[in-house]
Amino acid sequence: MIPPAFDYHAPRSVSEALGLLGSLGADAKLLAGGHSLLPMMKLRFAQPSHLIDLNRIPELRGICEDGSDIVIGAMTSENDLIASPILRDKLPLLAEAPKLIADPQVRNRGTIGGDIAHGDPANDHPALSLAIDATFVLQGPKGTRRVKADDFFLGTYMTALAEDEILVGIRVPAFADGTGWAYEKLKRKTGDWATAGAAVVMRMASGKVTHARIALTNVGPTALRAADAEAALIGQPLSDASIEAAAQAARAVCDPADDLRGDRDYKTAMAGQMVKRAVRAAAARCR
Amino acid sequence: MPKKIVNVTVNGRAHEEAVEPRTLLVHFLREQLNLTGAHIGCETSHCGACTVDIDGKSVKSCTHLAVQCDGSEVLTVEGLANAGVLHAVQEGFYKEHGLQCGFCTPGMLVRSYRLLIDNPEPTEEEIRAGISGNLCRCTGYQNIVKAIQYAAKKLREPQAAAA
Repeated sequence: MIPPAFDYHAPRSVSEALGLLGSLGADAKLLAGGHSLLPMMKLRFAQPSHLIDLNRIPELRGICEDGSDIVIGAMTSENDLIASPILRDKLPLLAEAPKLIADPQVRNRGTIGGDIAHGDPANDHPALSLAIDATFVLQGPKGTRRVKADDFFLGTYMTALAEDEILVGIRVPAFADGTGWAYEKLKRKTGDWATAGAAVVMRMASGKVTHARIALTNVGPTALRAADAEAALIGQPLSDASIEAAAQAARAVCDPADDLRGDRDYKTAMAGQMVKRAVRAAAARCR
Repeated sequence: MPKKIVNVTVNGRAHEEAVEPRTLLVHFLREQLNLTGAHIGCETSHCGACTVDIDGKSVKSCTHLAVQCDGSEVLTVEGLANAGVLHAVQEGFYKEHGLQCGFCTPGMLVRSYRLLIDNPEPTEEEIRAGISGNLCRCTGYQNIVKAIQYAAKKLREPQAAAA
């Protein structure tokens, strides 16, 4: 399978890339790791006339600290997230969860920014971003703006990213001491998308849950924040009953599509199971 | 579409080639450089038969454009043996019967080569995770794991033969 013909551009800076995006317009697509876009082009689901390759822009790669925030360049690969000492120390969910994404070779190419900007609810970083309260830094011809993950995912393949903008970075507050976290992903095999997935970040004090953010992968047109599930936990001691209440609230927001991974009922039930497992795993990490 | 000039080193040899932007790396290697070691399996970045090494990282060459390799160093299975002597991973696959039909083998070998550079003493679990992007439909992986263990051991041995 060979993609349709296109012209190729390899800018060396974000400003050069923005200039190309502005002049080439809607016929151009940004190329990150290419593990969603190139398969779609081979199948002719996407037929851009121009590819603007972001791989030769060093400023888009890397992980650093900015005050109490962690700032991740959009072109940072999944394997670079896994290997990052900063993430391991300050945001361990983002060093662990990518191990569940694709396989070693794909993780060398696939990027956190591409995974987010693609707007695919089957991708893992959208739900992870919701759970860690990420803010996306979008750069356009008129400057940069910041959009919360909560406001970014509008529909399947639809995001708040404008046609003339590039997602340049992801800002995340470092976990407070004692934060528990987990990502549970049910998948049929290595490299598959989730049948259902749940990301949980929580904190506890004096035996009660004081903070919880819960988000779901691949059980709706976008990654879903399960706010009622969070509310079912906050202020309560963790118990079988509160965890079941959270799972029930999570199931209530699911709106999955039938496919080979299962029908609606199965996927919804599995989303509830993933929430239960992730809440228990996160609680076990709370200090 | 106008072709682009790509300067790429493959298995230590420099090439300057004109490529269409849409040419995939695996097609470039097989059809333009006549290096047919990397296989075209699934074409959807699942099977790993097309795995090559680009600048020290394992990559699926069916999901990478040749034009993106400008300035890069690529290693394919053809570059593993040195002066007719099999690389330790090749010897391991031979000694431990790590292949049956052989279709997945070029990708398995190149991936194993990189895995053992990144992690010279992998556990069995780390080997299985390390080759999780390479599918084999014949062996059941048992002998592939043994082959990689053989190679790991051999690569750790002092270079007695060199003396």
